[in-house]
Amino acid sequence: MIDRGYYGEFGGAYLPEILVATFDQLVEKFNEVKDDPDFWREYTDIMSTYSCRPTPLTFADNLTRHCGGARIFIKREDLNHTGAHKANNVMGQGLLVKRMGKTRVIAETGAGQHGVATATMAAKFGFACTIYMGEVDVQRQRPNVFWMERLGAEVVTVREGTRILKDAINESFRDWVTNMDTTHYVLGTTCGPHPFPEMVAYFQSIIGKEARRQILETENRLPSRIYACVGGGSNALGIFQAFLDDSVELVGVEAGGKGLSSGQHASRLSSEDASVGVAQGYKTYFLQDGDGQMKETHSVAAGLDYVGVSPILAYLAATGRVRFEAATDLEVVEALSLTIKKEGLIPALESAHAFVQAFKEAPTLDPSEIVIINQSGRGDKDIFTVADAFADPEWQEFIKKKAEDYDA
Amino acid sequence: MLEIYINNRLKEKEILLMTHIVLGYPTFEASISMIEAMVNAGVDLMELQIPFSEPIADGPVILHANQTALVGGATVQKCIDFAHNVSKTFDIPFLFMSYYNILYKYGVERFAFAMSRSGIRGAIVPDLPPEEGMDYLKAMKAYDLSPIFIFSPTTSAERMKYLASFGRGFIYCVARKGVTGVETDFSSQLEKYLVRCRKATDLPLALGFGVKKRKDVEYLTGKADIAVVGSQTIRLVDEKGVDHVGDFIKGLVV
Ligand SMILES: Cc1ncc(COP(=O)(O)O)c(C=O)c1O
Repeated sequence: MIDRGYYGEFGGAYLPEILVATFDQLVEKFNEVKDDPDFWREYTDIMSTYSCRPTPLTFADNLTRHCGGARIFIKREDLNHTGAHKANNVMGQGLLVKRMGKTRVIAETGAGQHGVATATMAAKFGFACTIYMGEVDVQRQRPNVFWMERLGAEVVTVREGTRILKDAINESFRDWVTNMDTTHYVLGTTCGPHPFPEMVAYFQSIIGKEARRQILETENRLPSRIYACVGGGSNALGIFQAFLDDSVELVGVEAGGKGLSSGQHASRLSSEDASVGVAQGYKTYFLQDGDGQMKETHSVAAGLDYVGVSPILAYLAATGRVRFEAATDLEVVEALSLTIKKEGLIPALESAHAFVQAFKEAPTLDPSEIVIINQSGRGDKDIFTVADAFADPEWQEFIKKKAEDYDA
Repeated sequence: MLEIYINNRLKEKEILLMTHIVLGYPTFEASISMIEAMVNAGVDLMELQIPFSEPIADGPVILHANQTALVGGATVQKCIDFAHNVSKTFDIPFLFMSYYNILYKYGVERFAFAMSRSGIRGAIVPDLPPEEGMDYLKAMKAYDLSPIFIFSPTTSAERMKYLASFGRGFIYCVARKGVTGVETDFSSQLEKYLVRCRKATDLPLALGFGVKKRKDVEYLTGKADIAVVGSQTIRLVDEKGVDHVGDFIKGLVV
């Protein structure tokens, strides 16, 4: 084993022996490309011709007026190809897979965004592709399952455990320990054994590099605060990294679910309910019981509904560099609704968590100040969940009619 | 010491048999019946798995057993108390098998102390390579317990030596890639792998993953020192019930 990947006491590589050689190869290849300026050029090239990088930084004038405080800017990761920041990581790892000469990719997915991004990359690069997705998430993010299958991926429904993101990760590892010779596991967030947290954060760092340049170009000053939602932590670290040395307050927003006191949430760093443990190959804060058994989590947003959190963020929480807050399901739907009406933007339910906290704090800041919200993805995929949240009667009629048509 | 027991036993038998059960699966009463049947059938040592919610190295059969045991209320303390009883009752060495979080949350040093007090002789922790396991190794040493390390077909000769330098009791050689409970091809490739393992260490070699029938144990005789039977017993319990365990194990003893 080459390098351990610790951030303070968090991180590491708690690997079954069978995977050690595979990780050694991955660490070696990743270090090779990290030191190769041609690789980053190849990466930014493909992100600007195949996806929409640089993504814009949008001034939200209506929301700014509505909140009445700091000026609100939105980093538009929703404008990436496939509709979320996930593409940044996936295309980077895809280029790495080509260099390693592997022919098949696998991935876990919660919201389905990472699965769609991986299936898209596999289609473009000509890899075989299998996506693992919990049964609960297959139900709530069905449109993404449809697209993954159209893209040629095999989607495996995971019926073990809590049947959500963490269980999909376990199944991906079980596939990988069998097929590592041909297969790379495209882990979708800044979690798991080293080098995944570092590698995914590296590819996502393109978000913050752009955002920092953009705000300096247009406003000639840095923002006071940056807000990002936190599932595993990849979009948050993506935008935060470029500002770590600046006096910019960084705010990660976790899934508050039905409220922190309800116990039904996925707040690992903003609640008192999580403790340090080791699972899925790394050490971080997990929502677990006293025996170390992982608990069930809850969020309206499948992509945030996860028991662990990036070891890099656990470290930045411990040092106080990043502040963590939680947004409840109800607050999220409200913020989503407001953003759609005021700005004509449709954030993913995940991203809407960041909007909640920004809307709470912007009014307390001076109008000369700036805040940036990272809109990690677009919300089209959430049409069923959002329609249910709004209890839209006409939509329900439409679905019933559609079902009748199929039966006819 | 575990090595001494194993080496003495190997003077009487060409190959030893180690079995594996998940504590509390299907119930703790069933666990006791299984252990009794296994010991009576001539098993030489046993792995007692403390269930964990995320057993990533295990396949569907053992995964399901872990989950069922947890739903049935198997706590870590219950497992330790149970093991204490078992080691007093039966005269073979027992080992714990579990994932690192179980030890970590219990307190690694406290866990080692509990093992020692309960008469458990060693532990297999598949997601804890020595690089991450310095606290664990220290505690195991302090209580004179055997940390069992794992070789796999993808492990280099150099790394085998490195792993063996931390191991005591025996080395657990995983027969193939993949998770527990999948078919293994008992072929010349496996033999070559075992030769590689033998070169790397003087510790006895156990071979596990996919051992299911007498022919497999016969094949391993002379190539490994211990045959490990895991998922197959659980599969048998699922399909036919606990009563069939004794005869199944008797049929494996060569
Ligand atoms: C749009 C969107 N945002 C955020 C996330 C959460 O992941 P991370 O915290 O790694 O950014 C997801 C995950 O599925 C997502 O789809």
